Amino acid sequence: MAHIKFAARQHDLTPDETVLECLERAGHDIPFSCRTGVCLTCLMRVSTGTPPSPSQAGLRESQKEQGYFLPCVCHPSEDLELVSPSDAELYGRAIVSEVTHLNDSICRVRLRTATPLFYHAGQFINLRRDDGVVRSYSLASVPRLDDTLELHIKRLGGGKMSNWIYNDLAVGTAMDMQGPNGDCYYIGMEPARPLLLIGNGTGLAPLYGIARDALVDGHKGPMYLYHGSRTAKGLYYGDELTALAREHENFHYIPCLSGEEDDVRGALGAEQGRAEAVAMTAHSDLAGWGIYLCGYPPMVLTAKKLAFLAGAALHDILADPYEMQDLRRIPRE
Amino acid sequence: MPDSLYERIGGADAVDAAVDLFYRKVLTDADVSHFFDTTDMDGQRAKQKSFLTMAFGGPHEYTGQDMRTAHAKLVEDGLNDSHFDKVAGHLQATLEELGVDAGAIGEVMAIAGSTRDDVLNR
Repeated sequence: MAHIKFAARQHDLTPDETVLECLERAGHDIPFSCRTGVCLTCLMRVSTGTPPSPSQAGLRESQKEQGYFLPCVCHPSEDLELVSPSDAELYGRAIVSEVTHLNDSICRVRLRTATPLFYHAGQFINLRRDDGVVRSYSLASVPRLDDTLELHIKRLGGGKMSNWIYNDLAVGTAMDMQGPNGDCYYIGMEPARPLLLIGNGTGLAPLYGIARDALVDGHKGPMYLYHGSRTAKGLYYGDELTALAREHENFHYIPCLSGEEDDVRGALGAEQGRAEAVAMTAHSDLAGWGIYLCGYPPMVLTAKKLAFLAGAALHDILADPYEMQDLRRIPRE
Repeated sequence: MPDSLYERIGGADAVDAAVDLFYRKVLTDADVSHFFDTTDMDGQRAKQKSFLTMAFGGPHEYTGQDMRTAHAKLVEDGLNDSHFDKVAGHLQATLEELGVDAGAIGEVMAIAGSTRDDVLNR
């Protein structure tokens, strides 16, 4: 059995327990959010020992070398001595420069950082409120095009952070920010390959960034962006995407509605059905394509499987599923 | 000295070429697809990859006990000889599709077949 040492106390790990669970059981207050090895909120560092490699998946090489790992997915086989990274190592400050309500549930937030952030459109950052609540949001902005960071935030029943941002966040507020994280972004190695981008809800944010990043990079292959929503109001940014399609003949925007009557759908020129189903019907052979999937986890999982079965290689399928820890216990509105 | 099976078949490149083809075949076969988790497709692909590396005579650290532990839950869920045969069939079809010669296919199928009792926890 492995032991862990933290804050001058030693703890025995029970079988099947993660390091995070063990620390919580022992009464330590460790910040966490997704508990699935994605969001990096619980990031810790070893001062002695080697963390198992699955607990370092998704970290940058420099972080791995420094012993950073994710306690929420760490099942160590050897003894580890742990330290919490200091705030200064992880968090910087960002100032809110804009909050725009796009409709009655989605708002756009723009942030300025003291020093320019080196990032790719489609990566995500973690925002921390003064009371310690941390949430991840994907970047819709493109470094070469935008001088602020752009986030799209949907307010949902029970969402602690999203309701606060939608209702109360004021321009000029300073927030703690960590990132960028994640590997769902445009890689300009194959400018002629076709790209398929599928998202629902505010999964559009990273896709909007990725699409503009690819276009400004000179991507020549056809690009199809399918944005799905149950209701018409969820298809925000329609004007921006239509304009993008007008400017670039290789970019195609296909809005999809799964829950509206024919006349509403017709007026918007939207397709009938879920975005992933509409997309897969239109593109049956995805061999050699680059695929981006962003949004609710069930859609991302289904679309990943369908894209793979349609011939896409798994390493060409990049995904950014939401994490929705506030919402899991709450029925759909 | 003749090349090893792994070298004749094409080594790691052959495993890379085979893994997506093979995984696609088992996922589209309604009789066995439910044994292949799709919530973690990358993890699942990695497992297929190490299995294929072993079946191709390549470097591996599999033990019979690993095979038993890894499949114990699936056996509880009803994994039996007919499923094993179907998956083996998909492996053979994958190799034929890649143009592997019949002799090497026979050797791969013999290695894969040798795992039957461990996979089925007998």
